[in-house]
Amino acid sequence: MMKERRSKGLTAVLMIAPFVITYLTVFAYPVYNMFALSFTDAPLIGEGRWVGFDNYAKLLNQKLFFTSVWNTGYFVVLTVVPNTLIGLGLALMVIRLKGWLQSLVLVLFFLPYILPVSVVTQIWEWVLDQQFGIAQYLIEFFTGRRISVFRDPIWAMPMVALVTIWWTNGFNLLLFIAGLRNIPADYYEAATLDGATRWQCFQRITWPLIWPVTALVLTLQLILQLKIFDQVYLMTEGGPFNSTYVLLQLVYREAFRLNHGGLGSAVAVFLFLIIVTVSVLQYQLLRVRGR
Amino acid sequence: MQRKSIGNILLLALTLSVACMWAFPIYWAVVTSVKAEHEVVSKTTFIPDVFNFSAYYFALFETNLAAWYVNSLVTSVSVTIIVILISVMCAYALSQIVFPGRGLLYGIILASFMVPSQALVVSQFVLMYRFGLINSWGGIILPQLIIPVVVIVYKQFFDSVPKELREAAKLDGCGDFQILFRLYLPLNWGITTALAIITYIMAWNAFLWPFLVTNSEEMMTVTVGITQVDDAFGVKYARDMAVAILAAMPVALAYLLFQKRVTQALMLSSGIKG
Repeated sequence: MMKERRSKGLTAVLMIAPFVITYLTVFAYPVYNMFALSFTDAPLIGEGRWVGFDNYAKLLNQKLFFTSVWNTGYFVVLTVVPNTLIGLGLALMVIRLKGWLQSLVLVLFFLPYILPVSVVTQIWEWVLDQQFGIAQYLIEFFTGRRISVFRDPIWAMPMVALVTIWWTNGFNLLLFIAGLRNIPADYYEAATLDGATRWQCFQRITWPLIWPVTALVLTLQLILQLKIFDQVYLMTEGGPFNSTYVLLQLVYREAFRLNHGGLGSAVAVFLFLIIVTVSVLQYQLLRVRGR
Repeated sequence: MQRKSIGNILLLALTLSVACMWAFPIYWAVVTSVKAEHEVVSKTTFIPDVFNFSAYYFALFETNLAAWYVNSLVTSVSVTIIVILISVMCAYALSQIVFPGRGLLYGIILASFMVPSQALVVSQFVLMYRFGLINSWGGIILPQLIIPVVVIVYKQFFDSVPKELREAAKLDGCGDFQILFRLYLPLNWGITTALAIITYIMAWNAFLWPFLVTNSEEMMTVTVGITQVDDAFGVKYARDMAVAILAAMPVALAYLLFQKRVTQALMLSSGIKG
């Protein structure tokens, strides 16, 4: 009995060891080290002195930090709710299609999601190119002139948001379609027999039943978009005039460009804390609703 | 009745046109890539006057694309295999074996969802530097190996395998490793392919980390490398698009071949995150 228990323990250890060792090395330790570094004046590589909360105080005196916080927030506002609503709208359209037509349309909407970010940005830089971009016909039609959108402080962030919505919407669409398929068809049949209009069906049946999915998509989006970096870096590098500078880019700048590992880590800690807070709040909200 | 079917046709037309508009940038990229450079900048044609594949010739033979392909392939296939292997063993232990600290480990893995890996790049970079892995395949691979959701999905699938199966195998003298790899893994083959494909796509598409950890063009992955092309050769639209299309090909094909699996894996992982 004793021997069996011991061998069981040994098997368990052998099985979890590869994951746990990797986890501790490349995940848990970096989390710890991020906090530790943020209290030092270390360069990117090498030792630093303990400086307490100096880095955090520095951030509060840095204009670029507030610009980044503001821009990250602006980007979140531009993407999270629109992306969720567009996902729901497209799902309501797609769900009405049948068979191969539905599969085809779903592929058309979903394909951007699996493209690498650098491919997405290359495609859109070409589509929006000031001289030859095909989207300039549209821009010219509405504004009367061609605009170099990624070099214009007013247009840059909304355009990054537009590209992001195009790129990531497929995933939201997928979740909404799964949610809509779960609504029993007899609800709609009964409502139609009672003479309900399409709008009434949506208001009374679809919306309340799809709300949990909507809440999920909203929070996943919020967490995802707070971490924005790739698209901004590739399309605008934070410009023009820092109008698209975001938090993760500040991490990159401080740590990798200016060799301030400590200060970069302090920004990372700030971002980390925001995301953990959002995750915890979301978890609590969903749990309360679940009861 | 008449009104309703007209409404339906209008809705169908609307859906189809929105879908075509949505996919248009991809179509436009493909069309541009097979045009001659002078046609690209001289007029707007939706079908090229002459199909010209010189952009692809350039992309394949006059850039480092081949090296980037090798780097991407080696790193994303390694990430996929290692992630599946270490996660499936951990999940099996969590699901089937009672050992001290099991609940704690599970709780920690669940909590890891909240950690944004992007915030860890500075300390992961320092770590890879200490290991001497900057600008190497190992440096690209290692920090991508922890994907908590894979463990959780596997655990939930293993939880639902009837206990009698394991008992019977035990009586036949099988050890837990045999039970996992001969019985549980084949039983959950569908979910394994789903998770593997999605891991592969995510690893192939990773940008920030490979971008930070590589510093020579020869070591870059495809997604990082293609951003270097126009710096070196000036803006050439057909070339850029050909390069972009070649870079996206391995994931686009994986998706088109395994559509159902990709969507299944994504829905599973999001359901758990919620």
